[in-house]
Amino acid sequence: MHALLQYILSYLDSDKTPGGAGNIFWATVYILLVFAGLSVAVIAMNWLERKILAHMQVRLGPMRVGPHGLLQPIADAIKLLLKEDIIPAEADAVVFWIAPFIVVLAAFTVFVVVPFGPTHAITDMNIGILFMLGVSSLSVLGIVTAGWASNSHYPLIGALRSSAQMVSYEVAMGLAVVSVILMTSLNDQSTGTLSMIGIVQAQLAQQEWFIFKFFPLGLIGFGIFAIAMVAETNRAPFDLPEAESELTAGFHTEYSGFRWSLFFLAEYSAMIAVSSIAVTLWLGGWLRPFPNLLVGPTWDLVFLLFPGITFLLLAAMCFYNTARMPKHPLFKVQTIGLAGFGAVLGLIGLILFLPAVRIRVNDIFWFSAKVAGFMYLYIWYRGTFPRYRFDQLMKVGWKVLLPTGLALLVLTAVVGMRSELWAELQGVWRP
Amino acid sequence: MNPAGMIPAGTNPPVATPFFFYLLAAIMIVGGVMVITRKNAVHSAMALITTLLAQAALYLMLYAPFVAGVQIILYAGGIMVLFLFVIMLISIERAEKERQFNKQWLVGIVAAAALGGLFIAVYTTTTKGRALFPEGRMTYGETQNTQQIAALLFDRNVGQYMFAFEIASLLLLVAIIGAVVMAKKRI
Repeated sequence: MHALLQYILSYLDSDKTPGGAGNIFWATVYILLVFAGLSVAVIAMNWLERKILAHMQVRLGPMRVGPHGLLQPIADAIKLLLKEDIIPAEADAVVFWIAPFIVVLAAFTVFVVVPFGPTHAITDMNIGILFMLGVSSLSVLGIVTAGWASNSHYPLIGALRSSAQMVSYEVAMGLAVVSVILMTSLNDQSTGTLSMIGIVQAQLAQQEWFIFKFFPLGLIGFGIFAIAMVAETNRAPFDLPEAESELTAGFHTEYSGFRWSLFFLAEYSAMIAVSSIAVTLWLGGWLRPFPNLLVGPTWDLVFLLFPGITFLLLAAMCFYNTARMPKHPLFKVQTIGLAGFGAVLGLIGLILFLPAVRIRVNDIFWFSAKVAGFMYLYIWYRGTFPRYRFDQLMKVGWKVLLPTGLALLVLTAVVGMRSELWAELQGVWRP
Repeated sequence: MNPAGMIPAGTNPPVATPFFFYLLAAIMIVGGVMVITRKNAVHSAMALITTLLAQAALYLMLYAPFVAGVQIILYAGGIMVLFLFVIMLISIERAEKERQFNKQWLVGIVAAAALGGLFIAVYTTTTKGRALFPEGRMTYGETQNTQQIAALLFDRNVGQYMFAFEIASLLLLVAIIGAVVMAKKRI
């Protein structure tokens, strides 16, 4: 018993990830935490997307279940779980059954290497970014098999569109990623890294987010990735595989109930996963904004207080809306519930002000805040852009993004090696 | 010698245990057999994906994470998706009714037996008292695998495979251009 406790406590002094320290207990804790956090994030995204889209279209959005529809995702989840799970008679039952699990597995496995902080990752792999791209590319298999196994026309067309689209945009995405990996090698040993934590540490060492590196090269790479990642996750304006006006619901037309909700879960966690790749590679991962301009203990303290202030603001919003709730007796429960929710948020905010807590959660907060920015962009795109036609989609992928990516790769290499190249041109080798 | 000989002390225990090897080998063999016994081409393709993923895991076990990652991206994520893309358009009902036949089973058995015999012979042969494959092999820590591969390819001093690597990539380029030339009537 004592040895077990010793084993658990021994990790607390280490400066490694649980996987790096080889501590099974903390690795399990981190996996459960990431899984729970991801599920909460997907539930929150469900509500936020409907609410934000509604406000963009001058509607109210969900208002009935709970105050301002806050309990709507829970009601939806219960509805989906209680719904009859239909497998069409002519479908290939085994493949139909297995396809959603492939998609969910691929979407959740990538979070093994997502760096929420220098030590807040389940593990750090030598091939981190390669692992993320590889495993997330497996989700195409799930989508394609789902469309085929349904044995129906719309799903099959959706699956065909999806496989063509995801394979094409993976190429441009990979080129943008490689240009960042070239940037990580600009150090004394000129060794780059594929590790997710290593990439952020390279940005820390170079005192520059890679989006601003070799301006405008980093920005262009980020742009290519930001476009390709929307296509990779089959979201508007690239949501042709599930274009509801043409294909009913695309590859998951025949799915219902629990299996459909698995596709939903996978889509949103894949969105969070690609956004965290973008944040790690270009936006400095867990680093706070302006790490090299606003330095000093005062600025450090200001940025450490941000998490608590954010939660206090959310709590204040809750209280403001509590005061604005209708004064009818029927709304009494909802009003109390909203006030209680605000109180919980405020309490979390106060806990985040404690010095011991704020130092440890600061990196997680900045990482999540940047990812949340991308999530808002996804919703914004969906509310703003009309859907592409399929030939336009292919034209953008192969004729615009791919050549730009190739040129970007060559230019990044040239600019990164400019002093060595200049020395070679002069005929003098400077090591 | 410990198979994880080069791995610095204080890191994780080695995953290269017989248990994992036999588990992965069993998955690969079952998958491989299913590839050729399933009548439904999509089922065959999925069995092949399982085999390829188990192979990637074997590479991981051999402390070659880079090769494992490339295996997943290229084979499972790229090539197999294109396979499925083509297979999906074939009428499966018709293929399932066709009688499957193979007139080369005798030759096949002989070839398989010869290959198996070769494996056993290689594994048991000893030259001057030393086996061809000694028990423990030197392995690099997996924390440097990618960097080691890059050094072998491109390093000024120890790099020796750059020419072969570039030739192979030229071959792929020729294949791409050939595909475009054959597919397009007018360029």
